[in-house]
Amino acid sequence: MTGAQMSSPAPALDDILVASKVTMRFGGLVANKDVDFAIPRRGIVSLIGPNGAGKTTFFNQLTGMLEPTSGDIAFNGSSLVGLTPHEIVELGVARTFQNIRLFGDMTTLENVMVGRHVRMHAHWWNSVLRTPHTRIEETATRDRARELLDIVGLPHRYEEEWARNLPYGDQRRLEIARALASDPKLLLLDEPTAGMNPAETGRTTELISQLREQLGLSILLIEHDMKVVMGVSERITVLDYGEKIAEGDPEEIRANPRVIEAYLGKQATSA
Amino acid sequence: MTRRFASRAVWVGVVAGLAVWHMSLVGLVDSFQNRPILTDILSLGETLPLAGIVIAGAWAARPLLAGGLGRPTPAQALMAGAIAGAATGAMLAVLSFFILVLKPNGMLIHATPKLVNDLRFFQDAALGTLVQVGGGLLLGTAAASLNLVQRVARRALVWGVLLVLLFGIMNTFVTQILRNLPLKWLSTFLYRGDGLTIPGAVLLFAVTAALVAGWMLRGTQVRAGYAALPNASRQTTKIAAFILLAALILILPQILGVFLSDVITNVGLFVLLGLGLNIVVGFAGLLDLGYVAFYALGIYSIAVLTSPASPAFHPQLNFWLAVPIVMVIGGVTGIIIGAPVLRLRGDYLAIVTLGFGEIARIIFLSDWMTPYVGGAQGIQQIPAPTINLLGLALEFRKPQDIYYPILVACILAALAAWSFQRSRVGRAWTAMREDETVAEATGVNTTVYKLMAFSMGATFGAVAGAFYAAKIGVVFPQNLDILISINALALIILGGMGSITGVIVGAFMLVGLPGLLREFAEYQLLIFGAVLVAMMLFRPEGLIPNRSRRAELHEEEGESGPEGADGGGGPGEQPPGDRQPHPMEKPASGLALEAVAVSTRLGDRS
Amino acid sequence: MRMVRRLLGIHEHLSFVDLVLALLRVAVVIFAVVGIWATIQRGSFTLGDWGTFILAGLSLGSVYALLALGYTLVYGILFMINFAHGDVFMTGAFTAYFAANAMAKSGFLAQNELLSFIIVLLVSSGVAALVAVVLERVAYRPLRNAPRLVPLITAIGASLFLENTFRGLYGAGVKAYPTWTMFQGSIRLGDVEISYSRIVVVAGAVAMMLGLWWFVEHTRTGRAMRAVSENKDVAAMMGIDVDRVILTTFAIGGLLAGAAGILYTLLFNQVNYFMGFVPGIKAFTAAVLGGIGNIVGAMLGGLMLGILEAVGPYLLLDGFGIPSVNQLKDVVAFLVLVLVLIFRPSGILGRKENT
Repeated sequence: MTGAQMSSPAPALDDILVASKVTMRFGGLVANKDVDFAIPRRGIVSLIGPNGAGKTTFFNQLTGMLEPTSGDIAFNGSSLVGLTPHEIVELGVARTFQNIRLFGDMTTLENVMVGRHVRMHAHWWNSVLRTPHTRIEETATRDRARELLDIVGLPHRYEEEWARNLPYGDQRRLEIARALASDPKLLLLDEPTAGMNPAETGRTTELISQLREQLGLSILLIEHDMKVVMGVSERITVLDYGEKIAEGDPEEIRANPRVIEAYLGKQATSA
Repeated sequence: MTRRFASRAVWVGVVAGLAVWHMSLVGLVDSFQNRPILTDILSLGETLPLAGIVIAGAWAARPLLAGGLGRPTPAQALMAGAIAGAATGAMLAVLSFFILVLKPNGMLIHATPKLVNDLRFFQDAALGTLVQVGGGLLLGTAAASLNLVQRVARRALVWGVLLVLLFGIMNTFVTQILRNLPLKWLSTFLYRGDGLTIPGAVLLFAVTAALVAGWMLRGTQVRAGYAALPNASRQTTKIAAFILLAALILILPQILGVFLSDVITNVGLFVLLGLGLNIVVGFAGLLDLGYVAFYALGIYSIAVLTSPASPAFHPQLNFWLAVPIVMVIGGVTGIIIGAPVLRLRGDYLAIVTLGFGEIARIIFLSDWMTPYVGGAQGIQQIPAPTINLLGLALEFRKPQDIYYPILVACILAALAAWSFQRSRVGRAWTAMREDETVAEATGVNTTVYKLMAFSMGATFGAVAGAFYAAKIGVVFPQNLDILISINALALIILGGMGSITGVIVGAFMLVGLPGLLREFAEYQLLIFGAVLVAMMLFRPEGLIPNRSRRAELHEEEGESGPEGADGGGGPGEQPPGDRQPHPMEKPASGLALEAVAVSTRLGDRS
Repeated sequence: MRMVRRLLGIHEHLSFVDLVLALLRVAVVIFAVVGIWATIQRGSFTLGDWGTFILAGLSLGSVYALLALGYTLVYGILFMINFAHGDVFMTGAFTAYFAANAMAKSGFLAQNELLSFIIVLLVSSGVAALVAVVLERVAYRPLRNAPRLVPLITAIGASLFLENTFRGLYGAGVKAYPTWTMFQGSIRLGDVEISYSRIVVVAGAVAMMLGLWWFVEHTRTGRAMRAVSENKDVAAMMGIDVDRVILTTFAIGGLLAGAAGILYTLLFNQVNYFMGFVPGIKAFTAAVLGGIGNIVGAMLGGLMLGILEAVGPYLLLDGFGIPSVNQLKDVVAFLVLVLVLIFRPSGILGRKENT
């Protein structure tokens, strides 16, 4: 069954992100083929698939780090294709990374404050002159950063600690806090529970739901941990070899024979 | 075990010997002869081979491995020192014979009998060789014994010797300062002729050693005492110290006299250059080797704008009016130059900017541009900046006068850099420097911020150029070459990339020292080269590092460094990871003789 | 329309940088076309003149090619720019000076010129190789895993150190090099006079390049070098001693640089401590022009750069009536550097960069 025969739910009016026939070609290699994808507003959606299925490539196109060879991606009605990553952040999309990429030379608090960059207005002239307005903004940003640390559950004593010194699980949270700092409407999480033990995984799953409740976010996850996926997603989309092979709620996906084949039938790529 | 120490000692001695060969043949020994330290007894020239022997001896007696493993017994240490010292001495003897027998001084210009005389410590062949090898043996042993002594004593000794050397070298300047103070009696006590007197040297040594020992033993208590003071009195002490420092800085030119003021103003210019380059390299992480182009731009812009002798057009503006214009020109040029090179990767960026710098220099120098910028003759008659205040016309041309405008410029520049660092802009730059892709994905418009960095850096450079032109009064293109860029880069690296205090320290060391000592000026670039390599190998974060980089280095140094092993003692270094390095903290033993080779990651950046 | 976009280098949506780059491209092309046309109109130079320029370019270009090989070999393996390579070249030239002078003084040179020349060649290449190897061992190896800027700065420091060491050793002035009588004289080809020394330079360089090519393609070490430059880690896993290969690479680069030093002195008969700086940068330009990491590219790039530099100022700039155009030779070379790095960093034959 090819993607073309897949019946995708028609994009509803309250979808925050709509990707249509997104295709990504690297020379001869097709990483994504005609992927149709929609994220409902305030929804939690997961994107799964065996390694190499093209999930991160898809993510990278959503965030502007890659430009799709063809197809369109619309966020809140306006197209994201061709925009630079920072412009996309300004529109309200934020992400975390598969292997943690924090700014090691900065403290925890500073990492979050950088995340808030697009919502601040200090430019070079008011920065040099340290105008009252700028200083107020700095304080406000600092306060907001502290709030975000609370939200993700990082203790205050970490604030001035170098980001690279944090324990692994906390580093992942910090990445999420940094992403949240830009007041996004859509949050993209790339394998947020990779390398975590069950307790931490549970906490992270809870955090994801909380984020939707508290902040009204729409969330897209890439995940390999099926418990997380099944537990928190409202809808799951499955990619294999760059194409969408299934889509539906956790029950449907769990029972879908194609999905099972995609995972079990490929020995070398178990999650 | 003993054999390993012995063989390593031989190796160390030979390497030290090669270093002394290098210094001798390059001419350092000869030219430093003119710099006496102890009048009629010791000059800087002899200190070089002696230093080689001492370092060889001390190094040979160190543990075999990092981390304190393979510690030598006292006997082994002394033996190692002896062997290393003797080996170095033997190398001296070998070189002496080579020179006399092969007579290469037709081509190797410093391989002269005079050099041999120096190396033999002014003795004849037989006695000289004995002194070289035997003296090496003894001195090496003595140096090795340092390793066996208490840490406090060792430090005190080393600093004492260093300070005696320093005062000896700085003879002319110390005497001048003392005379201006006026403390003439002190200067006659310390110095006679061109170097220190023996009582003077002893006094300096004793005082320094006592101070160092005192600080090491009582330092933590003093700090604790200070920290325990109520807030109000701490504030007052801080304010008092600040006022004192400010007063000193203001009257400095009067104390220093003309020549030294000139040197200080040069230092000031390079502080400006360094701060500007620091923004580009240290904050934003873009290596710009063509930085001199902006300096040149500033110099020529001021010249054209203010001098009546400017060939093509001569608006003859007031200096103070011209400076903001020059700043704008600099800023805009920074953007123009920056735009095409934004997409380039680190080392390619460096080479391209180097190319730009060279192109600029050649064009300024060429016949083609002579009608506009005066070609090789340059532009002359640049007027000195003046202020008309209450009927008084203050002209700033003499070194002691132009000091003040330059000082003001430096202060403003430092404040600006400091403000940037802790603002949204500074954070954006740091993020960009660390990980450009992620910074972009976090919302930083890397294009704009790279241009901003280039632009700011260019502005600072142009201002420095403007003041230089004002100070000298004429401009020639001959001096505007890559060596200025390298000088600025070197002082940033020495001081610490991204660190404002570091730039100042670096400027004093790399511009001040050569300015003071002609011998240093002649070998300036040789020393720069060695400094750059050494810094990258041993201390890439600089002498006064940016806070986080130093923290990272100390994580790795851990307990195995000279600080950690003996616990307390020094300016309180606690084990890393528990606490935050305070930004005002003094850095670890960057200047001490005992260099520690630690791994040199600046971060896991691929 | 797509073609036009690609030519101007514009992506789907224009950014400021794209605009600037596009304008720059257009400006360069217009400048070149106008310049060349104007020069041809002016006709200040005869065919013989152009021939002389091209020949000069070829011989100097051969020297650049030899140097470029050193850069490209090192870059191919370590992805670092060996800034000090130009000074290794200088070391070779100075050693040649030392050896040749010593032999001239003792009279040996006059009696057995060919033998002397060979000795000089061997000694200088050897010393240059030694310097390159020491450089790698002491300054570069400890920094192999440091971020890219660190080895670059180290290389700059090493370059300064070498330059000024030789300044201290031999003095700051220009030193005259003894002349080899066997290379005096020239032959005539139409309007153009070709000196024997030029022929020797080109022939020598070509011979060495062929030798290198053969070495890299057909020997075990050469294969190992190629393997390491493809993928250091995998090569190590295959049992190749990566450190040794890197040392060999530096040694070969040094050998070539040393030889280039001697050839250079055949062309210019003088040495000076600063002689390596500009040729070093130009050789790097040549390496990038041809495609860095690519051996044939380095050779081609060197020759091309030599010709561009010799012909360029006259061809491009004379038309604009710029006086003393030969002063601007270096500008042309640096412009090539800048333009290649900005617009086509992979060079003519280069493989796509995998950072």
